[in-house]
Amino acid sequence: MAPRACALCQKGKAMVKRPKTGQQICRDCFFYVFETEVHNTITQSNLFKPGDRVAIGASGGKDSTVLAYVMKTLNERYQYGLELFLLSIDEGITGYRDDSLETVKRNQEQYDMPLKILSYDELYGWTMDAIVSQVGRKNNCTFCGVFRRQALDRGAAILNVDHIVTGHNADDIAETVLMNIMRGDIARLGRCTSICTQGEDTIRRSKPFKYAYEKEIVMYAYFKKLDYFSTECIYSPDAYRGHARAFLKDLEAARPSAIIDIIHSGEAFEIKEEIKATQKVQQTCKRCGYMSSNELCKACTLLEGLERGMANSGITDRARKKLEAEGPAPDNLRTIPYFKLASGNPTITVETPS
Amino acid sequence: MSTLNLKIEFGGGLELLFSNQRSYQIALPSLVPKDNSTAEESLAMKEMKALDVDYLIHHMRDHMLQERVELFMEKDTVRPGILVLINDTDWELEGEGDYKLQEGDEVVFISTLHGG
Repeated sequence: MAPRACALCQKGKAMVKRPKTGQQICRDCFFYVFETEVHNTITQSNLFKPGDRVAIGASGGKDSTVLAYVMKTLNERYQYGLELFLLSIDEGITGYRDDSLETVKRNQEQYDMPLKILSYDELYGWTMDAIVSQVGRKNNCTFCGVFRRQALDRGAAILNVDHIVTGHNADDIAETVLMNIMRGDIARLGRCTSICTQGEDTIRRSKPFKYAYEKEIVMYAYFKKLDYFSTECIYSPDAYRGHARAFLKDLEAARPSAIIDIIHSGEAFEIKEEIKATQKVQQTCKRCGYMSSNELCKACTLLEGLERGMANSGITDRARKKLEAEGPAPDNLRTIPYFKLASGNPTITVETPS
Repeated sequence: MSTLNLKIEFGGGLELLFSNQRSYQIALPSLVPKDNSTAEESLAMKEMKALDVDYLIHHMRDHMLQERVELFMEKDTVRPGILVLINDTDWELEGEGDYKLQEGDEVVFISTLHGG
């Protein structure tokens, strides 16, 4: 096939076919349109204001590595005036997270951003390795997901940032829309397409890559030779999400706009008032002060189960009743430090690039 | 029979299926069976075609892949979610599996399916 000229500049050789538009464009135009679309997403949603302190949730994987690079580029190019930090959670998974954290440490130097690593071990007293050795491989993703969410908020409070950005891309969001429909999880269906979420007293969280296709993120990382880490978690991956993902990739192969179409569908759903009314109001966990829809937040419930040797009590109602039948939580139970939003200066010093 | 020298590279975790080696230099015949059969049986009876990416993928499956074929191939081509670049160009611009390989071509396979 004869090389084709770029559809945008008409000069360079076309090297990428954009899944969203079918346009065939050269490498330089691809960098430009990719970055500009993220910039447009950021400005149209008014995600930031000058002087904001923003933590990038960094796993060392492709999405967060590209996000850190693009955030740094855009912050300089368009003078957002943001102070950027890298925030990583160490789940304590030997052979997986310890390797990916090495990538984050290199990113810290490459991008010249302060890095904070917060571990499950220091926050909860349990590594994922220890949790899996107790609960097995069946429900461990529940523990990891609940613990990670709260750990990110707590890490952000330690860094005294206003905002956390994560690398969730268009494929991830479309997948989540599908999963929430298939599970009938209407509360999450309403929330999962918002670009920015904020609980009553938690830190803002947003997804600047909400409209960025995974294919383009991977192409961007490849052409820019960005340093990222790619290994599947060694503990069984989320099987349900795996099915949604395989299904979505098949749809995309047949019709590339499927991903963005599903996001638009998700955005267009309106939740009836009577369904909204059945959703629980947010309160504060009586044990650790984190936001919660019950007296005890999910992380405290799971931690109590682990500590009392009945790990499933946070997962099934039956196990929960059994735990309650054994009486109230003992006084010497290990708990999570009380959560409060930081104000003023960071309470810890962060590692700065050497 | 003449052969073509090719460079194969893996990224995004796909190398884990190929002995955890990221880069391979291989040589393949310039004419190959049209049915993509890679067994070294008598080729005399077979209809032949010029070496293309489809044949390369079958060769990789039969002779290089170490485990879990379903993570690499689906329905005679690479699984959706694996990006292919031919000399750094998206293979969707080069005719995908029909692209006729040339001496010295570099083909890169990147998985997008591994964690972000």
